[in-house]
Amino acid sequence: MNWLRTSSFVSISTVLAFTAVIWYAAAVYLNSAVLIDKYERHKVEWDFSKLVDDSWSMDRPIMPAPHQIIFDLNKSIFKQKISSKRSLIYHGWVTISSTMVGFAMGGILGILLAVGIVHVPTLNKSVLPWIIASQTIPILAIAPMIIVGLGAIGVTGLLPKAIISAYLCFFPIAIGMVKGLRSPDPIHLDLMKTYNASKSQNFWKLRWPASTPFLFASFKVSIAISLVGAIVGELPAGARAGLGARLLTGSYYGQTIQIWSALIVASVLAATLVFLMTLLEKGVQKRMGVRL
Amino acid sequence: MEESTRVVESCKVDLVFETADSPVHALSKIDLDINKGDFVSLIGPSGCGKTSLIRVIADLEKPTGGEIKVNGFSPEEARLKRAYGYVFQSPALYSWRTVEGNLKLPLEIMGIEKAEQSKRAAEALKMVDLTGFEKKFPWQLSGGMQQRVSIARALTFYPDLLLMDEPFGALDEIVRDQLNEHFHKLWEQTQKTVVFVTHSIPEAAYLSTKIVIMSPRPGKIIDVIDSPLPKKRTLDMRETPEFLDLSHRIREGLRAGHSYD
Repeated sequence: MNWLRTSSFVSISTVLAFTAVIWYAAAVYLNSAVLIDKYERHKVEWDFSKLVDDSWSMDRPIMPAPHQIIFDLNKSIFKQKISSKRSLIYHGWVTISSTMVGFAMGGILGILLAVGIVHVPTLNKSVLPWIIASQTIPILAIAPMIIVGLGAIGVTGLLPKAIISAYLCFFPIAIGMVKGLRSPDPIHLDLMKTYNASKSQNFWKLRWPASTPFLFASFKVSIAISLVGAIVGELPAGARAGLGARLLTGSYYGQTIQIWSALIVASVLAATLVFLMTLLEKGVQKRMGVRL
Repeated sequence: MEESTRVVESCKVDLVFETADSPVHALSKIDLDINKGDFVSLIGPSGCGKTSLIRVIADLEKPTGGEIKVNGFSPEEARLKRAYGYVFQSPALYSWRTVEGNLKLPLEIMGIEKAEQSKRAAEALKMVDLTGFEKKFPWQLSGGMQQRVSIARALTFYPDLLLMDEPFGALDEIVRDQLNEHFHKLWEQTQKTVVFVTHSIPEAAYLSTKIVIMSPRPGKIIDVIDSPLPKKRTLDMRETPEFLDLSHRIREGLRAGHSYD
């Protein structure tokens, strides 16, 4: 066990180190053209080590070096008041709240749709194609429509963003749960029939518990997707807060370091959400006697 | 008088499955009467309709012809009244419920109060000799133990009729012998009516008071043998001439059924 832990530590740090090496090299490669151009215009003497130094310390690099992002993260997470507009915690919180509301709405919608599809044959034929069609529309195209449309009827702020995130995340839940609710063996359904079980007993005592592995698999996908939805929802309306807003202002002013910081915060958030979901899943599995 | 002791009465029951290419005649003109307290085995090769027949009795299939009564009612009415306990070929336990939870499942569905549920679960577990395993999950039990739990589950709500579809079919010979002996004792104690599907000749001969021999294509009854063996039985009896004679008759019957092919 100890050996395993050490070995996973070794493998993770190997991957990290490898990524860092590639990243630093990429920063030099991608930033060099701009720098060399600048050297030649200003007739500056330069050699390779100066190029490397400069490409890792530009104000607005094409590709910032990892340590620049780390400094920026440190500055915008730990050196700011949480309520400050410059704090990534503040922006992260804005995004995470619409993520959670969106995930809750998408989860309920997805589960309700799946229940309907499994129990009502007409819904199975009529709704499923629409659900699939809904996901073929690029979210970047429909997000502004939702924001503008809801804005016109006076709904602004968190809710439109949550709706976009729900729009994205209900899909894996609905599809997963249709499969999950249909997963009981015919023999288990026959057993319920011999007991003359009602529809709701069939659901709560058989279909629902049988679907939990599918539910958690879908939840883990969906919670990450709903974060993406919330960020996308912050882009079109020129939102003033949230990780999406940071990405947007970063790209307006060419602040690549700020963009990367926001991206890293977003991915850490996503990883944390998935991890928390896995913990919840483990807890439920334990109660349901799953062999771990 | 005799009417009241009839548990299953079937008259010219037909069952045809419509399939993509041609209809399959699963049961053809089945006439069979089962009396209270009988232990009836349905035996025959695969495809002879023995499982179909027990499923018709359980109202898991609707006959396409003829008439069948269970306790004087249609199979559906009997099912709605929860007249029988059904044991499947596989244990069909719910993996997310403990042994005790599985035993309580029918009781929860039937709306029996909590205290009574625990009492009956303990009682049923005792009957199959598994007291102490209440908190185990199914995967922690052997196949034979799981099947005993599934039998106990069918006993919790006190049905007078037990329908068993090859309950010991998936178990090895040694475990099967043990369960046969155990189940015979259980039947003696409880005096339930049992309909038992099997393809094992010794199992049918050992357990049954009445052996129904079936043959395939279309599934039909070709012989009904009333067992000459005494009601009380031990595994040693399987070496006696009476037992061997009975087994021989069953085998002959099965062979006769096959000669129709």
